[in-house]
Amino acid sequence: MNLFKLSWKNLLHKPLNLTLTLILFALGVGLISLLLNMNHQIEENFNKNLAGIDLVLGAKGSPLQLILCSMYHVDNPTGNINISKAKAFLNPKHPLIKESVPLSLGDSYRNYRIVGTTYDILEMYDAQLAEGDLWANNMEVTIGATVAHALHIHTGDTFKSSHGLVEGIEEHEHDFRVVGILQPTGSVIDQLILCNTQSIWDSHERQSAEVGEQLAEGSDGGNDHSGHDHSHDKVAPASYDSLTLRKLAEADRLELMNQTDKDITAILLKYNSRTNIQSLNMGRNINENTELMAASPPIEVARLQTNLGGGTKVLTQLAGVIVFVSGLSIFISLFSSLRDRKYELALMRVMGGTPATLFWVILLEGLILAVMGYVLGIALSHLGMTVLANFMEDSYRYSFSGLQFLTAEGWLFFGALAVGFVAALVPALQARRTDISETLGKG
Amino acid sequence: MLKTDNLQYAYQNGNPLHFPDIQCGTGEHWLLLGQSGCGKTTLLHLLGGLLTPKEGSVSIGDTALNALSSSALDKFRGKKIGIIFQVPHFVRSLTVGENMALAQQLAGMPIDHQRIQKLLDRLVIGHKLDSKTSDLSQGERQRAAIARALINQPEVILADEPTSALDDKNTDEVIMLLEDTASEVNATLLVVTHDNRLRDHFTKQIQLAVGSRQ
Repeated sequence: MNLFKLSWKNLLHKPLNLTLTLILFALGVGLISLLLNMNHQIEENFNKNLAGIDLVLGAKGSPLQLILCSMYHVDNPTGNINISKAKAFLNPKHPLIKESVPLSLGDSYRNYRIVGTTYDILEMYDAQLAEGDLWANNMEVTIGATVAHALHIHTGDTFKSSHGLVEGIEEHEHDFRVVGILQPTGSVIDQLILCNTQSIWDSHERQSAEVGEQLAEGSDGGNDHSGHDHSHDKVAPASYDSLTLRKLAEADRLELMNQTDKDITAILLKYNSRTNIQSLNMGRNINENTELMAASPPIEVARLQTNLGGGTKVLTQLAGVIVFVSGLSIFISLFSSLRDRKYELALMRVMGGTPATLFWVILLEGLILAVMGYVLGIALSHLGMTVLANFMEDSYRYSFSGLQFLTAEGWLFFGALAVGFVAALVPALQARRTDISETLGKG
Repeated sequence: MLKTDNLQYAYQNGNPLHFPDIQCGTGEHWLLLGQSGCGKTTLLHLLGGLLTPKEGSVSIGDTALNALSSSALDKFRGKKIGIIFQVPHFVRSLTVGENMALAQQLAGMPIDHQRIQKLLDRLVIGHKLDSKTSDLSQGERQRAAIARALINQPEVILADEPTSALDDKNTDEVIMLLEDTASEVNATLLVVTHDNRLRDHFTKQIQLAVGSRQ
């Protein structure tokens, strides 16, 4: 029957008090931990997906929307840009640009976006092939690890894409064929279905042709993309070293530059030098002098985080209030229990307990509550993160995890102990001062 | 064994109380009779070291209580003095057995489950070992209080009106058990009461006069 056990039994003796205090405390700790984790993982995701991209070009509109759409793949495109307008930025010989990755969006398969692009995107996100090949011909796709895992797709499978970025609007007739799967990277590329730009154009042209076909019966819609003579017998690159891929991507870009009547959605750019004054002015020049819009990811992401930060701040303050109230509830329940237990405490002195014994019995009750509340709160928050993870991955392309623990949560433990300690201190001191003779004399 | 010398106590705003000198030998059973309000409980608290006298001293064996430090007095009390109160109280969150174990532990003694069971059996409440103290009857509670006072085999047992809440049958039973078990551990027993039913049980008696209050 040590003091710890005694304190524990005392707590169990009042199960309703115990439950209420624990729930309050766990809610406070859980909310703080949830916010810490969400902030951390959102930031981590954002930073990973920045991928060193310096500038994003797209149609005029909201720069944040452009960034969210083409880097985080959560929002809709601001529109399309005509290649003739964007030609210069695809040119491998542009003096300021080191990498330039064109993106064509518009189709999806079961909520995962199909992106028409070049091999350069792989280098941008440090993606490696896990199995199969990279896309080489039209309608061939290489898919991200999450897509493969979530949809149970294997190399060699085929699927029909939907028009639009959400599921089930209308299906295109033509089949995409999966030729390879990428290794997981933790970045947004895990959630993409990659193909060449032509495939996106093809599937859209087929569709408009099919519509036309219905209007003008009898016409043969099968060969309607004959305007572009693409080699249908391309083979996947023999080797996947970055130099080969770079060369193939450059060839793709040169080919794209000639398709001046076509549209793409966005271009991701990396500068040769970030400190070059011309690079620094490039975004503004584009915005002022062209029909394109240039958006800077670091600026837009910082702006977004500041906006989100306001909400987080309010929630953190709310969590602080809950923790304060739960501390108060520990204080009140211990303090009011003292009145009931005065005789017991005096009795413990009669049985040989010292004033320090009484002090510790009460203090331990506060500390036990704090530790239990903490454990419960952390469990709640990580359970919450796990639930959120599924939801966030579906709707925001975030890879969240409920199993990631932060150092800050370690500090939170000491914070919880401190709350328990402070709340129990005054009642414990009060217990220490119990006047045994007077208490027992009153019977 | 239990000795007082010129014992005086004064409550705040009250007149000082003078108590007659008491001397009880080892193993002797004494009855201290007095009317309500003559300071019986105060005397018992002085003897048990729960109060510090204004003048004079209390000695148990060779130990003068006022020579001990506060925490040494607490430990001494836990080990050497068993006290039974008018209304038996327990730590409510614990069972009867756990209350006994707590008494051993707080006195700094090892927990001896065998002794606990034997003592409860002796007091005919062995079957209540795992009951909450709130589930006991009045008589059972007083017996459990006796068990707790005896658990550490004290040298002195002080009982403050142990039978005032009991009917005649229970009074006889409880006082006999108290005397018997005190004898078994050769403890000095001092029962403080105004209950005349107990007069016949004790040969050694002290009358605490109202006149002791000045």
